[in-house]
Amino acid sequence: MKALDRKVLRDLWHVRGQALAIALVIASGVAVLVMSLSTRNALIRTKDAYYERYAFAHVFARCKRAPGHLISRIAAIDGVQVVQTRVKGLATLDIAGFDEPVLGQFVSIPENGDPALNRLVLRRGRWIRASQPDEVVLDEPFAEAHGFVPGDELVAVLNGNRRTLSVVGIALSPEFVFSMGPGALMPDARRFGVLWMGSEALAAAFDQEGAFNDVSLQLTWGASSAEVIERLDRILEPYGGVGAVARREQGSNWFLMNEIDQLSTMSMILPSIFLIVSAFLTNMVLARLVETERTQIGLMKAFGYGTRTVAAHYTKLVLVIAGLGILLGWAIGTWAGRMNTGTYAQTFRFPILFYRPDAASFAISALMTLSAALLGTWAVVRRAALLAPAQAMVPPSPPLYRKSLLARTRLGQWLDQPTRILVRHIAREPWRALMTAGGVACSVALLVMALQWYDAIDYLVERYFFDSQRQHVTIGLAEPQASSVVADFRHLPGVMAVEPMRIVGADLHFGTVTHRGSVTGVPSNAQLMPIFDEASMAVYEPLEGGLILGSRLAEKLGAEIGDAVWVEILEGRRSEAMLPIVALIETSIALPAYLHIRALDRLLRERPGVEYVNLLVDPHEEANLYRRLKDLPAVSSVLLRRAAIRSFDESVAKNMLIFVSLFCAFSCALGFGVAYNAARVALSERGRELATLRVLGFHRSEVSYILLGEVGLLILLSLPTGCLLGRALTILMASAFDTELFRIPLGIEPSTYGLAVCIAVVATLLSAGIVRRRVDRLPLIEVLKTRE
Amino acid sequence: MGPESPATARLVSLQARGLTKVYRTGDVRVHALRGVDLDLYARELLVLVGHSGSGKSTLLNILGGLDAPSSGSVLFDGRDLTDADDKQLTGYRRDHVGFVFQFYNLIPSLTAAENVGLVTEISRHPMHPHAALELVGLEERMDHFPAQLSGGEQQRVAIARAIAKQPDILLCDEPTGALDSETGILVLEAIEKVNRELGTTTAVITHNTVIGSMADRVLVMADGAISETHENADRRAPGELSW
Ligand SMILES: Nc1ncnc2c1ncn2[C@@H]1O[C@H](COP(=O)(O)OP(=O)(O)OP(=O)(O)O)[C@@H](O)[C@H]1O
Ligand SMILES: [Mg+2]
Repeated sequence: MKALDRKVLRDLWHVRGQALAIALVIASGVAVLVMSLSTRNALIRTKDAYYERYAFAHVFARCKRAPGHLISRIAAIDGVQVVQTRVKGLATLDIAGFDEPVLGQFVSIPENGDPALNRLVLRRGRWIRASQPDEVVLDEPFAEAHGFVPGDELVAVLNGNRRTLSVVGIALSPEFVFSMGPGALMPDARRFGVLWMGSEALAAAFDQEGAFNDVSLQLTWGASSAEVIERLDRILEPYGGVGAVARREQGSNWFLMNEIDQLSTMSMILPSIFLIVSAFLTNMVLARLVETERTQIGLMKAFGYGTRTVAAHYTKLVLVIAGLGILLGWAIGTWAGRMNTGTYAQTFRFPILFYRPDAASFAISALMTLSAALLGTWAVVRRAALLAPAQAMVPPSPPLYRKSLLARTRLGQWLDQPTRILVRHIAREPWRALMTAGGVACSVALLVMALQWYDAIDYLVERYFFDSQRQHVTIGLAEPQASSVVADFRHLPGVMAVEPMRIVGADLHFGTVTHRGSVTGVPSNAQLMPIFDEASMAVYEPLEGGLILGSRLAEKLGAEIGDAVWVEILEGRRSEAMLPIVALIETSIALPAYLHIRALDRLLRERPGVEYVNLLVDPHEEANLYRRLKDLPAVSSVLLRRAAIRSFDESVAKNMLIFVSLFCAFSCALGFGVAYNAARVALSERGRELATLRVLGFHRSEVSYILLGEVGLLILLSLPTGCLLGRALTILMASAFDTELFRIPLGIEPSTYGLAVCIAVVATLLSAGIVRRRVDRLPLIEVLKTRE
Repeated sequence: MGPESPATARLVSLQARGLTKVYRTGDVRVHALRGVDLDLYARELLVLVGHSGSGKSTLLNILGGLDAPSSGSVLFDGRDLTDADDKQLTGYRRDHVGFVFQFYNLIPSLTAAENVGLVTEISRHPMHPHAALELVGLEERMDHFPAQLSGGEQQRVAIARAIAKQPDILLCDEPTGALDSETGILVLEAIEKVNRELGTTTAVITHNTVIGSMADRVLVMADGAISETHENADRRAPGELSW
């Protein structure tokens, strides 16, 4: 080993604590990058392979009842490769030992084997037999939630008929990677399940003999899904088609893609913060090292080492530190990525999971880190390399201090000398102070950003489930019923109030923008599910003369109050109308469009109808009510608010905990790294001064005050800055995460700021504690023997 | 005071007995002090001379509570410093000892007055920083930072800082070591004045034997022990010295 390389190692050993702290910060950034990128890539790879292998369709359409012979017409559409027609239907399930209503999504499969599209992955048991019309295959999460195994039985109310079905197999499907009941916000495997049943049997049960109500298409390579959809819609229109969607908008896939997008965002925004801070830290530590090694550099150059050699020497040092951080980050990132992917595997059900640490994410993170580190230290390395030998041999001229403005004020007069020392040090290196405070502020900001998720979720639940939904149960009816049905529900046990509601699929056009959604019909004076504005916390009355839109929908359409929206109903007679926007309301979830239920009836050109009934229920009578509901033929779905909240909380909380803990750990590493390095560099610069103070009779604590007080003051300044920064970061992330389903609300609780500040303070105190031990062991006599 | 007058008759400020100091670095043992007995008398001006490495600084540091001897005792005000913990030693330095070093050791971020204030703020009966600076003839330079002062001026600020707390003992380790003779004399004058006017017991280490003539007593150290003691009948004023 060359002598100079040995010096690299010595120098590293000398600053090992700081090098390690920097490596930790780098590692955090690299870990976030590797974790999010490799999780993202794992999801994409898994999804692609799954979709491909199990022939996930490209286009999906529903209709009321289309005759089987339409298949040939659909197959003839340009670009269609494979057509699959199915019968789908919802039914309530009666599961022994589970009181609450459970909704089953029935999907037909060929009795004689694999379907052409949307194939199943049979996980246990066997396929159904043509001779046994009561055999079903269950989806795995649902089977797991209730402990069903092949051989078990369950009861379903299929179109009014109670049938005992026997479970023969358990399967997964690319169509239900993320399986969620209608109207739910989160998957709830206990209350929603997919059941695959023979097509003959299912057609019989839902009056679809010789017909179908669901179409999936596979397209030829390069075919335009928009054109195919247009033609498919035209074919299905007479049969109650409600508008086909491309794979991108298919429910399960939409959620999956959303998650993938969020991971991409995360992998772009967050690691940058860590890398910028680590660049600054490396700069700070290296600058100090070069300062202390001026004479050595002078000697090296006097001995004939060239500028390039000196530059290479310090660059190596930076590379080792960065390399250490990268390796550590790779390890942590791989581990966290595996854990993260594991959580996703519970939310999204894949039969296979292609998690492998991603070579690209390794390369990208290494490249970004190295360039950040080299860029951050370039100026210092250059300064060191260009030092003229003679100039390097003389110690740097003593720092010239100036009285600050503060010193001249009355407050300044009143300061004691140690505080004065402290303030002047900060004033002398304002940039460094700013960067230190900025670094800690970043750590606080990341903590705020991570912790606010809990606030956001609380807010969503509060607004969505409590303020705007006051009903206990929402009942979906198989077919729109006459308004008189409301009175029937009023007589069920425990029902205290009933309110009708109607939701019809519709395209809303404004200018060139089209939103495929729905129009919700609400009665006057709605008490159970009123039109609720989150901004004013007020309830709006539905109007017959116009639409009340969620502001985000208006934003999407580019429309304002007073503009007229072209509404194209996708059901029934497919009526169309021009409706003005009469009011806008704020909502965090979904993009609603409200109309008075009577106006909606008129628009549909139907007699007054009801599709949903909201109930307020006496808790003591719940069990009785559920029992009755299971037997009501008209009921196709039952949604319990309480269960919805619980499943929302559960699935969100689980994912959140891992995410939040990881980020807290990374932010702490950041805060610790910055505070520790600031204190160590200060100690290195002030060691002599502090030892002098000790000689003069200052106690350890008083001396520590000067050193740590400086860092402490900067941290104190960084806390409010960090909170503001955290708010900004949250807004940035929220806007990046914005989807049509959710908008992350910005309501950071004071306690969240408080917690973030506390965690950051603890992390920095820890570093202060370590440096404090060094202050206590300052050598006193050595200092007196040497010139500074 | 003649040399024949019994030493015990004088008031003892600081008493060291049987001081030894052994430094161990690896297998090498360096005996820096090999049994030193010393009394510092109240109000006296003592000069310590000796070859480099003879143990002068080691002795002074132990007397000042900066270092602990390997064996022996140092009595101050009836208490043994060798029994004291770090906190008590710090208290001893804070309340009773003033130090002046070869390299001044001023705080670069504080002005002359503030450097003195640093010490007066934490001591029990300090003089005003301005008065201390006046005593060393620097009342004009009070608001200057160390970087704006010459070496001699910096050393005088260090002396003002050391005496501003009105210490019982003033310990100076080669206070003129880094200065030319003229400036050195200015510094010595300051020390002498403090000793004379305030009556502070003072010990000065020097390589310069000429300086011995301004002292009440001169101790010569050799190889970790006191080899000779001279008492001067008359102290010469620093201004009369030259080297
Ligand atoms: N920290 C230490 N470790 C090892 N040996 C030491 C240490 N400090 C001092 N010594 C040794 O102790 C002996 C006495 O040192 P000291 O500094 O007291 O000498 P001095 O008389 O003050 O010399 P000078 O006139 O050069 O300042 C020397 O031999 C020195 O090498
Ligand atoms: Mg010495």
